[in-house]
Amino acid sequence: MKGMTLIVKKTTQLIAGMIFMYGIYIIVHGHLTPGGGFAGGVIIAGSLILVTLAYGGDFLKLVKEEAGTTIVESISILMVIMIATAGFLFGIHIFFSNFLPKGVVGQLISAGVLPLYNIFVGTEVAASIFIIFLSLIIFKEESPQ
Amino acid sequence: MELAISVITGLMILGALYAIHAKDLLSSVIACGIVGYSLVICFLLLKAPDLAIVQIVVDTITLIIMVAVVLDSSREEKYSKPDTMGYVSAATGIILIFIFLWFFIASIQQLDVLGKSTLRMAGPYIEGAAYKTGSANLVTGVVFDFRGYDTMGEAVVLVTAVLGVLTILRLKGKK
Amino acid sequence: MIAYIMCFILFLVGLYGVITRRNLVKIAVSLSIMEISIFLLFALIGYVDGGVAPIVDPADPVKTYVDPLPQAMVLTAIVIGLATTAMLMTIIIRLYRKYGTFDIREIKNLRG
Repeated sequence: MKGMTLIVKKTTQLIAGMIFMYGIYIIVHGHLTPGGGFAGGVIIAGSLILVTLAYGGDFLKLVKEEAGTTIVESISILMVIMIATAGFLFGIHIFFSNFLPKGVVGQLISAGVLPLYNIFVGTEVAASIFIIFLSLIIFKEESPQ
Repeated sequence: MELAISVITGLMILGALYAIHAKDLLSSVIACGIVGYSLVICFLLLKAPDLAIVQIVVDTITLIIMVAVVLDSSREEKYSKPDTMGYVSAATGIILIFIFLWFFIASIQQLDVLGKSTLRMAGPYIEGAAYKTGSANLVTGVVFDFRGYDTMGEAVVLVTAVLGVLTILRLKGKK
Repeated sequence: MIAYIMCFILFLVGLYGVITRRNLVKIAVSLSIMEISIFLLFALIGYVDGGVAPIVDPADPVKTYVDPLPQAMVLTAIVIGLATTAMLMTIIIRLYRKYGTFDIREIKNLRG
């Protein structure tokens, strides 16, 4: 896949990092401000799609990237289920129980396991949407018209 | 408030009608974007910032994927005279619309006037929920604590959709 | 009450598109319009007059909040809607590469 012109590449260099950092901020502060795992994951996927569209990349590189992203997605959905099972082992024995100390409402480190769920669900959503986009591009590269 | 929502929804209906009747498929897809971006304004007016953040990015990505598919083709919808199947489906559509209208008239009497919501479950989810879950954002508390099973199910649905996409688009098997 | 009625009309427009159109891309667009009308209905049900967005401020906790439950349901449904729409579009692009058309009547004839 070919990239775009020099102007688009330069603008992407300036913007894409900031969009990525904004996604991470939305995920980490998901229990304090509007946002959370789903919103931040979609924003991170958007920044990755922007970089891929602007710079392009040859076929083998895209395939390699797709294989790596698939592993990230599988690991993060596995981690969500393992945290849920950990609630079954510690504290009161209930699936999905919040077994860590709650802390003070309004501080960054509070709310027990909710920030962990936010982080792993965010990674999973970002990886899923990026895989869908990458496989569409690889399909169009593989069989042109 | 209700007037503003109604006007924006009217614009969404116009955009949807154009999206369904446009000759060029590319303009049809972009008119579908009108509906999605108007929904963002509705969410902001209805005091749902979480939904607005998600919807504005999701609509952009949907537009990218749809345009990538449409640009591959000849982009024209071929018009042909309606045959017998066309009349059958039009009749089915009218019958379905009347059935939905009957359900709507029956159910709108159960709903409250806009702005006076009295859902039975709203009280326990709001009162003291910030201290039960420890999360200041009540939506995150509902998503990951009170209704964790729902969220896990939806995450698994997402993984299944990705597996389906990979299966459909794979041309050659891996060695 | 008029907002609910407009929302229902939007749903009917999507249903009309799904039933009468014969083009696969138009059917996908109509399905996403129906989805959007359902999201709007859920957000309308949860709205409370004079309420603020459901973020608790620990310094000033006594306020009227809008209902967080419909918002939480719609939040996950939007992301799932994106994944299912993308899957629909991949099926459509495979059909186009095989038969060379988006029209379902022609696909039915060509299959033979």
